[in-house]
Amino acid sequence: MSHAIVQLSYLVATALFIFALHWMNAPVTARKGVYAGVAAMVIAILATWAQPEVVHHGWIVLAIIAGFAVGIPLSMVPLTAVPQRTALSHSFGGLAAGLVGTAKYYLWVYEGPEHLTTFRMIAIIIEIILGYLTFTGSLMAAGKLQEVKWIPQRPVTYPLQNLINIGLLALAAVIGVALTLNPAATWAPMLFPVVIVLALAFGVLLIIPIGGADMPTVIAILNSYAGLSAVAMGFVLDNKLLITAGALDGASGLILAIIMCKAMNRSFVNVLFGAFGQAQQAKTGGDEKVYKVETIEGGAQVLEQANLVVIVPGYGMAVAQAQHKVRELYDQLRKRGVSVKFAIHPVAGRMPGHMNVLLAEANIPYTDLVEMDEINPEMPQCDVALVVGANDVVNPAARNDKTSPIYGMPIIDADKARTVFAIKRSKNPGFAGIDNELYFSDRTWMLFGDAKNVVGELVKQLSGSAH
Amino acid sequence: MTESIDYWSLVYVLVLATFIGLGVIRRVSRLLYTPLMSITNAISAIAVVGSIIVTGGDYPTGIRIMGAIALFASMTNIVSGFLITDRMLKMFKTDRAPKADERS
Repeated sequence: MSHAIVQLSYLVATALFIFALHWMNAPVTARKGVYAGVAAMVIAILATWAQPEVVHHGWIVLAIIAGFAVGIPLSMVPLTAVPQRTALSHSFGGLAAGLVGTAKYYLWVYEGPEHLTTFRMIAIIIEIILGYLTFTGSLMAAGKLQEVKWIPQRPVTYPLQNLINIGLLALAAVIGVALTLNPAATWAPMLFPVVIVLALAFGVLLIIPIGGADMPTVIAILNSYAGLSAVAMGFVLDNKLLITAGALDGASGLILAIIMCKAMNRSFVNVLFGAFGQAQQAKTGGDEKVYKVETIEGGAQVLEQANLVVIVPGYGMAVAQAQHKVRELYDQLRKRGVSVKFAIHPVAGRMPGHMNVLLAEANIPYTDLVEMDEINPEMPQCDVALVVGANDVVNPAARNDKTSPIYGMPIIDADKARTVFAIKRSKNPGFAGIDNELYFSDRTWMLFGDAKNVVGELVKQLSGSAH
Repeated sequence: MTESIDYWSLVYVLVLATFIGLGVIRRVSRLLYTPLMSITNAISAIAVVGSIIVTGGDYPTGIRIMGAIALFASMTNIVSGFLITDRMLKMFKTDRAPKADERS
């Protein structure tokens, strides 16, 4: 009987998880999705805890309290730090899957080797490889995003890199096969940790060559892995709730990764093994091109007289914490009857949807956040495109220059606006190390300086001229 | 064999759940990709279920320690994942001020 109640609870939880994701289809219903998710999780935890095989409760209570103690502060990080928080939680998810797989293996190998069927061994091996590689890989990603000192920001490459990486994974797989065939051999419990170590090492090596511009894709892939490791755990434990919830997460990560890849015109393989951004250095310093510089007063005047201003935000806006100043500029312009829209490129920022969250935090109505595909047809009618901390996503080289590494990437057509203002901290090229043709176009005027200061000055100028 | 698990039905569940996932996620608003990621984070912490069984079962201490760490990690994801998702979603508004605002 109790079995039936547990299964029924799991079924209800599964349905609630699906609703939770379904309600994410619009901002108005999305919060309902969170409540559904919380309800599902509480039901799942209580149903599991109430099972007769759970006999010790002290550690469970302690671990749950510790989870709250760490989880609550982690949920209060500034929104600019959300990418690294997300990466960190993927690593926790991977760790949990890896540990449960390890625990179950050792439990069975000593106390009931008959449980270690071939099918289950395959599931355990997949679970621990995915779990542990997600653990270290996501930790590395979080470290890079947080700009931890001893983790290099720039992509790190060395000879035979891909061969070594694939070799490690292949070795782990071979040992995995050997273990699957002889799960209870005397050497098996000794060899099992080797797979763990290989997976941990592979996770680190997989992320080392990846640069900041590729982070949105990589985070999405790691999201998918965390889900798939939960699926594998479901196979190990014969638990359909784990399989469904893990599959939902895996599907979500996969779709996001595909969207991010398309938005950069690259393939999965290319992102993971391409080591973007280091081959370009040699190209700069060729012909000396000249920027045209605009003053704050002049810029404010042009903005004021526009009918439609499109602001293109990028990661630089997040770094400079300029989103609140941008909101003030938005207010000032709207007060004068200027329409202001935001053009959001799918890979702007360091994770999917990063810009939307930052601008929503600054109280900009989400109805004015417009996706790339929708804003591009409007760009020729746009009087001023104001580029705030974006670079590669507005670089026309993606359309024109076949030799450019970003050639073919869909971009926001800022260059088609009548006037372009680009705020830029220094005269150096952007993150990917690529020169931006937009800055040298005859319609473009540069506003050099920290994004927050420049936008702040523009606001001051506009509010001053109101009197 | 002391137990018989219907592996095929598990595979069916996986395939069907993946299709549901793809269908549902494809319709998620692009505005909400960051919250989507944090809510799926929390949902994939369903690994908590496995962790509770390993932590609370009548098993050797070493096994239960691994379970407890896994439980702590999952719980952290559940708590921080749902809380931060809600915090972000609260910020998505159609129009900020209650002032009458002439918008087309």
